[in-house]
Amino acid sequence: MNFLKTIVAAGLVAASATAAFAADITGAGATFPFPIYSKWADAYKKETGNGLNYQSIGSGGGIKQIQAKTVTFGASDAPLKAEQLEKDGLVQWPMVMGAIVPVVNLEGVKPGEMVFDGETLASIYLGKITKWDDAAIKKLNPNVKLPSEAITVVRRSDGSGTTFNFTNYLAKASADWKSKVGEGTAVEWPVGVGAKGNEGVSGNISQTKNSIGYVEYAYAKQNKLTYTGLVNKAGKPVQPTVEAFQAAASNADWAKAPGYYVILTDQPGEKSWPITAATFILMHKDATDKAASQEAIKFFRWAFKSGGKAAEELDYIPMPEGVVTLIEKTWAAEIKS
Amino acid sequence: MAVQSDVIDDAGPYDRAKALSAFKLGDVTFYWITRLSAISVLLILGGIIVSLIVGAFPAMKEYGFSFLWTQRWAPSADPPVLGALGPMYGTLVTSFIAMLIAIPVGLGIAIFLTELCPQWLRRPIGMAIELLAGIPSIIYGMWGFFVLGPFLANTFQPFMIRIFDGVPVLGAIFAGPPSYLSTFNAALILAIMVLPFITSISVDVFKTVPPVLKEAAYGVGCTTWEVVRSVVIPYTRVGIIGGVMLALGRALGETMAVTFIIGNSFRISSSIFAPGTTISAAIASEFAESDGLHQSGLILLGLLLFVLTFFVLAAARLMLMRLDKKAGK
Repeated sequence: MNFLKTIVAAGLVAASATAAFAADITGAGATFPFPIYSKWADAYKKETGNGLNYQSIGSGGGIKQIQAKTVTFGASDAPLKAEQLEKDGLVQWPMVMGAIVPVVNLEGVKPGEMVFDGETLASIYLGKITKWDDAAIKKLNPNVKLPSEAITVVRRSDGSGTTFNFTNYLAKASADWKSKVGEGTAVEWPVGVGAKGNEGVSGNISQTKNSIGYVEYAYAKQNKLTYTGLVNKAGKPVQPTVEAFQAAASNADWAKAPGYYVILTDQPGEKSWPITAATFILMHKDATDKAASQEAIKFFRWAFKSGGKAAEELDYIPMPEGVVTLIEKTWAAEIKS
Repeated sequence: MAVQSDVIDDAGPYDRAKALSAFKLGDVTFYWITRLSAISVLLILGGIIVSLIVGAFPAMKEYGFSFLWTQRWAPSADPPVLGALGPMYGTLVTSFIAMLIAIPVGLGIAIFLTELCPQWLRRPIGMAIELLAGIPSIIYGMWGFFVLGPFLANTFQPFMIRIFDGVPVLGAIFAGPPSYLSTFNAALILAIMVLPFITSISVDVFKTVPPVLKEAAYGVGCTTWEVVRSVVIPYTRVGIIGGVMLALGRALGETMAVTFIIGNSFRISSSIFAPGTTISAAIASEFAESDGLHQSGLILLGLLLFVLTFFVLAAARLMLMRLDKKAGK
């Protein structure tokens, strides 16, 4: 009984201490990093007693909220351009990475057996390649038995950072895609059926024979979908692995990019996975609530330092160390305390 | 007893006036409360229209009336090209097919339940209909996705294509590669979803037909079919159309289930087995990550749906009035 009392008392003290000293950090934005942000927030609260409240309202919403100064930080899958950051007095940096993989449902084909390049993928999504035994696909996959069936193209119906990065890659890989469709969170799809969310695309692919789609790597892995390899900028076929994703991030020229405006698709390097994507944090340089903004920086520093394992468990890719060092310098130089 | 009558006598005219004024106060309060409730509907509706117009204004200014007949929907183009033709077409086609299926089936169920059904079967069928109305729309969406979709794509569509191959219009309607997600799948799900509206309202109004009327008709030797056609349906026409309109309103605006299974393609296809989209599905899909002109365009779509629903309901009223005139009322 005494023991129980002590626990209750300790709990009360801890609770009141938290309430008295901790400024809860608020953030809003992208849905893609929500699972890892909330896992980090949980662990951080246990360690320090400081809470973090993150609302996944979508990248566009995150940008709007930070511009309106209603949150301590905003999160977006698509980075803002340097001029825009300057105009709004914002600092931006990449927080964690994910990767996008093409997935297929073809009888007898196992994960990683097939390979695509950007040009072929763009042609499929443009509706120029309609059959699986098309010469372009055959040429890339001489050892795979391809049926003479129509390709069912699946893509996202909701606006999403995943679509932004996927279409950005296609635009870099194919001039035809760039002129006809372009890039964006929601684009004018020439063909295909639209499914809602990564889970919708995963569901569609596993249901529909002879289909192709694109999802976050985590969804492909957790739903045991047949992902494919891709030919990267260096002309080498690569498989979607954490090393390949990190290679893309390391090879990106972060230091020379103002405001870390780097889109991680089609990066150089022999090992780089071509559709890697970072998700970004946005904060005011001169925040009205300096205490909260310092708390947020502390949280992000902690996440970079001790959050890597948690990220990998959820199939996210932590930022490489070199990039983290750069980001720490940016914080010191630009965010006023 | 005496004491009591004394009290009543004492109360006399003075308390009577007081009591009457208390009644009057109650009446006036009641009148104003109900009146305010009724007016609040107009205020809320007005507020919704105003906020839709304000939100849609940038898109209205940019696209004007061409918004109505542009098929292209390219929010990422620079500047964005937005047109409502695809979603409007999808909304009307899915609702039309849904009503085409749901009206005869719903009325059939209602007639069977009130006129023909043995007593012991009434409760189970009635409860099944109510249950159908209570299922959340996302469940319908999932069922359409996992069960109806594969059936349509693998069995029904190949069958229809074989039957109508080469027939001028019908051939094109059923053509195309099999797809789980299609306009027709969404329309079928909508038909099931609106069925309870038509059925339960029809059952209710059929019950209002005075038994004397039916008995008289039977008395002069009418068959059940004749009674239904010449007595029950004419007597309850207004109620039936009310139920149909309620169902149509739901079909026009249904979002979640449709987004799940329609395939969300802004292109208009001649085939009903091709993916399409509806106004509400388009808004639900793209609103969260939209901004600027794109968001304004989506709000304009919402305003269009509002106007579309208004016109459909107005047309129904008009039709009803003309029917009444014909009937000589």
